[in-house]
Amino acid sequence: MIKPLQEMGKAVVFLGQAISRMRLTSLQFGETLRQIYYAGARSLVIIVTCGFFVGLVLTLQTYDTLTRFGAADAASTVLALSLFRELGPVLTAILFAGRAGTSITAEIGLMRATEQLDALDLMAIDPMERIVQPRLIAGLIAVPALVIIFNMMALLGGVFFAVFVMGNDPMSFWGNMQNSVELGRDFLHGLGKSIGFGFLAAWLAVYFGWSAKATSEGVALATTQTVIATAISVLVLDFVLSAFML
Amino acid sequence: MPDTHSQTAQPTIQFSDVSLTLGGRKILEKLDLAIPQGQVTAIMGPSGAGKTTLLRLITGQLKPDTGRVLVNGTAVNELSPKALNSYRKQLGVLLQNGALFTDLTCFDNVALPLREHTNLPESLIKNIVLLKLHTVGLRGAAHLYPRELSGGMNRRVAMARAMAMDPQLMLYDEPFAGLDPISMGISLRLIRQVNEALGMTSIVVTHDVHEVRQLAHQACIIANGHVIAFAPPETLQEDPEPLVQQFMQGLPDGPVAFHYPGPSLEADFLDGDQH
Amino acid sequence: MKSSNQIEITAGIFLALAIAALIFLALQATDRGVVSGGSYEISASFTNIGGLKPKAVVSLGGVSIGTVERIELDPISFEAKVFMQISNDYADLPEDTSASILTAGILGDQYVGLEPGGSPIVLEDGDQVLLTNSAMVLEQLITKYLLSGDAQE
Ligand SMILES: Nc1ncnc2c1ncn2[C@@H]1O[C@H](COP(=O)(O)OP(=O)(O)OP(=O)(O)O)[C@@H](O)[C@H]1O
Ligand SMILES: [Mg+2]
Repeated sequence: MIKPLQEMGKAVVFLGQAISRMRLTSLQFGETLRQIYYAGARSLVIIVTCGFFVGLVLTLQTYDTLTRFGAADAASTVLALSLFRELGPVLTAILFAGRAGTSITAEIGLMRATEQLDALDLMAIDPMERIVQPRLIAGLIAVPALVIIFNMMALLGGVFFAVFVMGNDPMSFWGNMQNSVELGRDFLHGLGKSIGFGFLAAWLAVYFGWSAKATSEGVALATTQTVIATAISVLVLDFVLSAFML
Repeated sequence: MPDTHSQTAQPTIQFSDVSLTLGGRKILEKLDLAIPQGQVTAIMGPSGAGKTTLLRLITGQLKPDTGRVLVNGTAVNELSPKALNSYRKQLGVLLQNGALFTDLTCFDNVALPLREHTNLPESLIKNIVLLKLHTVGLRGAAHLYPRELSGGMNRRVAMARAMAMDPQLMLYDEPFAGLDPISMGISLRLIRQVNEALGMTSIVVTHDVHEVRQLAHQACIIANGHVIAFAPPETLQEDPEPLVQQFMQGLPDGPVAFHYPGPSLEADFLDGDQH
Repeated sequence: MKSSNQIEITAGIFLALAIAALIFLALQATDRGVVSGGSYEISASFTNIGGLKPKAVVSLGGVSIGTVERIELDPISFEAKVFMQISNDYADLPEDTSASILTAGILGDQYVGLEPGGSPIVLEDGDQVLLTNSAMVLEQLITKYLLSGDAQE
């Protein structure tokens, strides 16, 4: 019980350092953009495929269930609401941890192991500024972007199932959705959540890399910890945010 | 009345009464050492004696438990983070494994400190970088990534990077390990030349007893947490001290333990069946 | 390894893609019907609104033409006053339109159903619908049925 608490404390101290050393003049725009490419653009394939299939299977299941109550019309609403409010942000954040978070952790952990972080320090270049901050900001931007794309693909998956498998009218599918999904309460709240998740995922990935033991086991362990810690804390934060927003 | 000789010999780096414990082991014990300015000083000693640790004390990465590390009169271990940063800008360090940035080309590796700390135009930076790479014989490899080079070449690029800012103090951690005789000779002369041309102070950690003669103005041997000899390399050979003789002649047994401290042989082997 | 130019361009494309998807979702998947074309407000008083809630659908002939904006209780008459936003596409509702609170299916959501009359005068923003039918409350129906059954015996 003591150890996770201690680890949490260290992660918070680390974040405090990273943020307190942030200066507007030293923000690395080019490097941040590069990190958005590595963390975001390179996660597109997994996000697009997972999003499409989640939409497909979710529609299948809701159609099957709702037809029993004579409410099949509501399938598109159920799909959109569960995506925008919960599934999109949560699943994307967990996929992101597996795809991009692990590589951020491994990269920084190896930089620690091969003394690249020491070398930066010795050149009077702040590794927080050069390595940590661009990745934090990139996560903050990339995850919401991925969530939007995930939701989009899942809706397409839903439409695909409703129209081509069930033979429904696409207009009524969209129409029912439009009538009951609210921009602020559902869509934007989901987006707000995903910004929080993005920050969390990037923070944990960078932290575990930073604090990895400078050995191959150390890096391997840190990578695993990133996935576990992100998954757990995303779900906890999701509950907290949902409770506040509803 | 100070003459020129005693002026060059005034200490740049002074360890006074430095003790350090790492992982429960005493690495340095009440160590005193004065390294003169403008010269090449070799630091030798058996593996694990604390040579890298000594360099890390000079760079401020480690702080001694007791005692002070003075560089040009300022105590490195008492500097604020900000002051430490500006101190490090005048420092060139070659780490034991080179530590090049693997996502940057050789050119960008060497250019990094220049881009970060100066406002020089890119054309000038290009000239400086190519010049530095040329001196280590790797101008042609400027566009390559570190993983496309051998270990020895990596270290030479790292040397060029360490010299990029023309520092006043250069620290080399085993610059010759893994170099072929030709590159070794080149690196050796390079260290000496740069030292003389720029009037910098150089500290070279090395195991190589013979190279030290061509390289260093004086050599320092540390073992068991102390400085056991500090003299020009030519005179070390004649040092009567048994520790020094053991090291210079490469004898396995003597005052310096070849074995890492542990239980006695009997305890480990004869009672092996108890485990 | 890609050149840094290509990387930055790809990152830019990725972000542009996300923004396009954002705009698409914000416009296509959320409630814009009533809001987008403008709307006007009418109200109706009911003695009992049952389970009607704000955001419930207002429909005419089965087509959704607006939503319930808010519900207030008149402190004098103790009637529930329902305010509805009707899309401007349906601006010509006759003045003698009647409003009923209906239930979709037997256990479904309650909504306001409008029944147009024949008057040439149309409802304006802020007008009140005078002809109303309150919600049928299941318990009341059952009680009524049981009581009338008792009386017959
Ligand atoms: N972070 C640490 N924690 C615990 N012990 C350490 C740590 N760093 C170094 N040591 C110990 O300090 C001793 C000196 O290490 P150092 O790296 O200075 O040796 P060295 O003289 O440079 O050896 P080599 O020539 O093999 O590089 C070693 O015995 C090592 O076990
Ligand atoms: Mg060493």
